[in-house]
Amino acid sequence: MTPELLEQGAQRMQQRLTALEAARRQTASGGRSSGFSRPKAGDSLDLAHGRILYLEEVSVSFDGFKAINNLSLDIAPGELRCIIGPNGAGKTTMMDIITGKTRPDSGTVFFGSTIDLLRHTEPQIARLGIGRKFQKPTVFEQLSVFENLELALRMHKGVLSSLRFRRSAGQSERLLEVLETIGLQTSLQRQAGLLSHGQKQWLEIGMLLCQDPQLLLLDEPVAGMTDQETERTAELFLGLKGKHTLMVVEHDMAFIKAISETVTVLCEGSVLAQGPLSQVQADPRVIEVYLGR
Amino acid sequence: MITAAHLPGREPLLTRRGWAAWFACLALLCALAPLLNLWVGAGSVFHLSDFAVALVGKIMCYALCALAMDLIWGYTGILSLGHGLFFALGGYAMGMYLMRQIGLDGNYKSALPDFMVFLDWKSLPWHWLLSDSLVATLILVPLVPALVALVFGFFAFRSRIKGVYFSIITQALTFAAMLLFFRNETGFGGNNGFTDFKRLAGIPMATPSMRMALFVLTALVLLLSFLLARWIVCSKFGRVLQAIRDAESRVMFSGYSPLGYKLAIWTLSALLCGVAGALYVTQVGIINPSEMSPANSIEIAVWTAVGGRATLIGPIVGAFLVNGAKSWLTVAYPEFWLYFLGALFIVVTLYLPQGVVGLLCRAKGEAA
Repeated sequence: MTPELLEQGAQRMQQRLTALEAARRQTASGGRSSGFSRPKAGDSLDLAHGRILYLEEVSVSFDGFKAINNLSLDIAPGELRCIIGPNGAGKTTMMDIITGKTRPDSGTVFFGSTIDLLRHTEPQIARLGIGRKFQKPTVFEQLSVFENLELALRMHKGVLSSLRFRRSAGQSERLLEVLETIGLQTSLQRQAGLLSHGQKQWLEIGMLLCQDPQLLLLDEPVAGMTDQETERTAELFLGLKGKHTLMVVEHDMAFIKAISETVTVLCEGSVLAQGPLSQVQADPRVIEVYLGR
Repeated sequence: MITAAHLPGREPLLTRRGWAAWFACLALLCALAPLLNLWVGAGSVFHLSDFAVALVGKIMCYALCALAMDLIWGYTGILSLGHGLFFALGGYAMGMYLMRQIGLDGNYKSALPDFMVFLDWKSLPWHWLLSDSLVATLILVPLVPALVALVFGFFAFRSRIKGVYFSIITQALTFAAMLLFFRNETGFGGNNGFTDFKRLAGIPMATPSMRMALFVLTALVLLLSFLLARWIVCSKFGRVLQAIRDAESRVMFSGYSPLGYKLAIWTLSALLCGVAGALYVTQVGIINPSEMSPANSIEIAVWTAVGGRATLIGPIVGAFLVNGAKSWLTVAYPEFWLYFLGALFIVVTLYLPQGVVGLLCRAKGEAA
């Protein structure tokens, strides 16, 4: 152990402590670090600090453009968090990072206090209990509505178990439940590609529900829906709140008003403001980014 | 209000009509054909000529290739333009055994295959060591194409190579293999390949009954492979394959890792092609590197597209239609065959995305 190495180690330690301190100041929960050195309790998600998702100082840039810039954000279990922000604020990129599609250049992303999401692939993250709805509705167009939902069910997802798969009574129950929730009982055998845009959105949400995820990331879930469908979606989300944690990215302010408690405003890849919708809307900085340009 | 009873159950392997058709084909190919060929005299109108037996036997091998192609292209959406390689690998594995079966009856009366004597080789190269054993050959025929596919597929799919890039790489792969097999030093008979076979398991091959036995064996393999493919696409595994074709990202975010699924079906597809190649060599009596030429692999895709992708019966129908037309046209108008093939592919791509079988289904649906 040479003096230089000692020196470098000390510097790294210092940097890490500074970062943790910063995270503590930036996020509501005081950061994940307060969970250090506690014994892990079983296989369930460690929510002892009242937070299900932590993003700490995450940065990512594409060809020099900083899509996410030192973003810190955390979310409580059972919360329904709305994310708004102008185009290019990094909302979709943030979801890409959480679901493993994009690797950040720096920063940490934790699910509960103990699961480092950056160590997992997309399918693993999905199996851990994070479901994601895409901006453009993405369903299996050539399969029936029912087959779409069945594929998404929570179960063992290896090749051999798929070859042997037989639906259990419990799984049938769950499918019926979801079908009722998304109102597609009568279109059970219909090819998913033939559904209307709004119905496809609902089917995709239904597929997420079948996965039974603890955290749902929903990218513009009501885009292209009629007012009536939007209203029903709002009801659905309010019903899910509490049992599941939801993170909703939307542009439809009426929809956000209907469902939101806490709203986070992203701008240029980091958090600009956070709080109840009325407070955020009154914030001069928010007004500036939405209207000033 | 719907209940669990309303939810669709697992699709049956075949419908009653499907089973009836399957057994009809079985009876036709494995009982009637031998009867008409071997026991009905050549003078009778019911006599099935040796030419027809050879032609149908060959086309059944092609149909098996098309079926394999359908699993990977029609159902999983991965277009391989290198399936000719797997076909040829199975064929070469079988061909090596048949070369050794010639024994001392070759032109040079040597224990070594003729082309080795010609090259002045004194002993068998290492990769011929297992070629004396029929059992080893029967293992190698499916194993070699499957292993090559597994290794290639692992790296290609892990690197998330998709679409046209994958097709081009498979095409390059088969082309490279063709160049390799063309070389005399590789030890596979160079551009002449293997031919002039005499015996299989000690039994002379040029007899009518042996030809018919191989014909029946090919028919059985094709019919059983059809059932296997049907079982696969009816399982949840088959639906995941179609899901990968339609929206791979959704498959991943539903918790499935596409790598294992793609690799499994890709390897199985190559294996079936290898078996088809081995059956082909025993019936046609020759294998050479031209089987790996890019055009051959593209033809497999054409049969599949003409018959109808993502219907299992389609590729089999397509293989019979196109090859039937080929055997007629190459005799009647030899110079037009390639133009016809190209035009056929364009017409099918533009106007018949579901192929002939899709067209028939639609006609039936409109009539009903």
